[in-house]
Amino acid sequence: MPQVSSPPTFQWIGRNPPRKESIDKVTGRALYIDDLKFEGVLYGKTIRSAVPRGILKNISFLPGVPWGEFTIVTAKDIPGKNIVSLIELDQPFLVEREIKHAAEPIALIAHPDKGLVEKAMNFVKIDVDELPAILTIDESLSGKNIQWGTDNIFKTFHIRRGDPDSIWSKADVVVEGEYWTGAQEQLYIEPQGVVAVASREKGVTVWGSMQCPFYVQKGLKPLFDLPEDKVRVIYTVTGGGFGGKEEYPTLPAAHAALLSWKAGGQPVKIIYDRIEDMWATTKRHPCRTRIKSAFSRDGKLAALKIDATMDGGAYATLSAVVLSRGTLHSFGPYKCEHAVIDTRAVFTNSPPYGAFRGFGAPQTIFAIEQHMDRAARTLGIEPDELRLKNILRKGDAMPTGQIMKEDPGVDGVLKKALDESNYLEKRRAYREHNHADSRVKKGVGFALFFHGAGFTGSGEVFLDSKAGVELTAEGGVRILSANTEIGQGSFTTHSQIVAEELGISYEMVEVATPDTAVVPNSGPTVASRTCMVVGEILRKAAADLREVLVKSGHLPGGRHTPEEFRRAALRYRETQGELKVFSKYQPPSGIHWDDKTYTGEAYGAYAWACYVSDVEIDMTTCQVEVLDFVAVQEVGRVIHPVIAKGQIEGGVAQAIGWALYENVVLHQGVMQNIQLTNYILPTTADTPPIRVFFHEHPYPNGPYGAKGLGELPMDGPAPAIAAAVAFAIDRNIASIPILPETIFEATNG
Amino acid sequence: MDKAPVSFRINGKTWSGSVHPLKRLLDTIREDVGLTGTKEGCGEGECGACTVLLDGSPVMSCLVPTCQAEGKEVTTIEGLVRDGELHPMQDCFIQEGGAQCGICTPGMIMAAVAYANDPDSAEDMREALAGNLCRCTGYTRIYEAVRCAMEKMGDSGRSGKKDEGSRKKKAGAT
Ligand code: FES
Ligand code: FES
Repeated sequence: MPQVSSPPTFQWIGRNPPRKESIDKVTGRALYIDDLKFEGVLYGKTIRSAVPRGILKNISFLPGVPWGEFTIVTAKDIPGKNIVSLIELDQPFLVEREIKHAAEPIALIAHPDKGLVEKAMNFVKIDVDELPAILTIDESLSGKNIQWGTDNIFKTFHIRRGDPDSIWSKADVVVEGEYWTGAQEQLYIEPQGVVAVASREKGVTVWGSMQCPFYVQKGLKPLFDLPEDKVRVIYTVTGGGFGGKEEYPTLPAAHAALLSWKAGGQPVKIIYDRIEDMWATTKRHPCRTRIKSAFSRDGKLAALKIDATMDGGAYATLSAVVLSRGTLHSFGPYKCEHAVIDTRAVFTNSPPYGAFRGFGAPQTIFAIEQHMDRAARTLGIEPDELRLKNILRKGDAMPTGQIMKEDPGVDGVLKKALDESNYLEKRRAYREHNHADSRVKKGVGFALFFHGAGFTGSGEVFLDSKAGVELTAEGGVRILSANTEIGQGSFTTHSQIVAEELGISYEMVEVATPDTAVVPNSGPTVASRTCMVVGEILRKAAADLREVLVKSGHLPGGRHTPEEFRRAALRYRETQGELKVFSKYQPPSGIHWDDKTYTGEAYGAYAWACYVSDVEIDMTTCQVEVLDFVAVQEVGRVIHPVIAKGQIEGGVAQAIGWALYENVVLHQGVMQNIQLTNYILPTTADTPPIRVFFHEHPYPNGPYGAKGLGELPMDGPAPAIAAAVAFAIDRNIASIPILPETIFEATNG
Repeated sequence: MDKAPVSFRINGKTWSGSVHPLKRLLDTIREDVGLTGTKEGCGEGECGACTVLLDGSPVMSCLVPTCQAEGKEVTTIEGLVRDGELHPMQDCFIQEGGAQCGICTPGMIMAAVAYANDPDSAEDMREALAGNLCRCTGYTRIYEAVRCAMEKMGDSGRSGKKDEGSRKKKAGAT
């Protein structure tokens, strides 16, 4: 079992109590949405567009199925507004007139017989007058076919520091490159699923697999024109999310609720099968990044020009925020006094791309890290030496102007990673090997990076999150938070934090089901904020709860045993009744961010990491195999070492998939390889030993020093693997996934 | 075709009912027997979330027509707890963090139990679990859990050693 050195003064922080929900998960008792039974349930299905763009002419229900027994919903049945409320109000729940992407929802059908509803889907005919579609970033930017705003651009960002144009002509060396990262399917193993009960009298209740119950609630209120207290959203045990259940579940939730509304309040269940899930739901934004850089001959980075474009798909959804994070990670952990960064997210007639672990950062981190390796090769400097010459140290400024207030210890992280992986020795040995052997090539490479934890800039202030704790009838406490357990262990780490703060046992803490009728809005379960931001709100709420028990004379100030706490809690409840204490997000002092100029402290905290990958390429099959993987990260404080390691290992495997196997093949803007037979996930056979090391550097504004870590492992593996492959075949690698074709073309081109 | 009577033993008890003979065993278990611990991740034999034991061997129940279970012994995740005691594999999955979101866990545990019961059924645990996808863990915690369980189950000698060597051979070749 992994160990992390934590001061012995902690009772629960740094320890590995059993996960709150693990007994249910290992015994099969955990009830996921498809396991819940509803009396009189109807099975709902979504009729979707087969074409990327067109005008909807007619929907006909052909003879061959007993349509009289079906509940059927189209856009005209919508009681309120047919708009998904997210950032921009551009996406309908059901197409009214113009179809904007293949797989776009057009009509809904439901019936008590699951088999019959599936069959019936083939008896719905959609007549469309097709229109020319935009299928690539270049087509979108060409200006020939404008479908969004005046220029097809959802959002742009600009960061300026110094004047790179004054540098190019006098620079020793100018290095330019273009990088591409493809889409990726989240591929949670439990597909999207919801059950809804909806009627004018009773309002709407939705159960489902999701990350953010309050997002769903926000989406459903205008759809039914109902007040907040009439829309209740309840999380059910969720079989993975990775961002794929951040914004998307609002759609199936709305669809099930519309069907139920039309059916007079009968429960409606919509569970996507794998094919529908892969075809229709969000994916990671494809991204093209162009980088121009100037270096002095000895490797000092003098100027940087970054231009990145993300494909946002057919609706704005979260693209602006994904792009923001991509922008703010595009320059990497390097110091550069002359930097210009321009980024944009553009419209195409593809299903909207969406949240996926890392949220835009993995795309631009891939580009900057590959670019640093390319520069090292051009300059004839070892990649690690080039990094050491340029990394941000105390007092240095990022292109946003954010000053490094303290030394983050990046040198130490880099050194540890290189040592643990035996990097320098392997470089030497592999170089010799590759010289002598043309059949099997070996490579080792690394990536150095940071990831900003929590919402970008002023995001957390706008969220204004609230969370709390209450005394239970047994004299323990219950956590009241909207943050969901999606496998990342949040119920457990939150419980550890609360137990630690209250000086009680972990077993005395329970977690309320995230249910909009029961818990406050503590913000979405995204952006590595759950442990760091919500954990700190909970810690404060717990401290305040203790304060109430002390002030009311039920608990002595100072130390107490868990049993004393229990008795005090019970006495309090007997004499004063219930006790719920809430706390709100407090922005850490000294954090300033300007959304207009994109300057200031983009994130209060960054976690730093260096990942090293060791690969072997069979030059006959051109197949890359990762043999060893080292992940060293600086994370503030490790709350639960087993969970933390599991997060890193799982993220690394997911990113290995993105780097080497997961190729989203698009045709007419929509994914074609929508089965697990042709979209390849890493299996046990493809996943190397992943060796994880933590470096604790407590963050004063996180609970017991913790900061976010769950997205780091998505950032580092692709550039580390690409660097190793580039080293092995002695060619630059500029795009992922690195398929056998990529290797073949690079070495035979 | 119509429903037909079918009977098999599941988790030690006889179950008889009437289902379409080609109904997927997965659906029969979930809908007719009423045990929802067995999950569906893909419905096409690729993810292993639906793994159950059929006469002790792991099968993907989304690919097995119910009629094939006739007269056989089916074991699902619900059948591992004996007299209120967790199976060592379940214990170790908890201890080592082998379950994150948990949706692959029932199938993964069934495949792992089959391997632990008969380590000669596969080259090593990597191969034994290669048909079971997990998107959360990166498999390392799962290996730890299986190793821990095999030790508890008292078969550490042969299979434990075999699994230690399997990957390192390659990785250490610098
Ligand atoms: S559901 Fe049977 S293998 Fe995926
Ligand atoms: S624990 Fe989530 S898929 Fe394995």
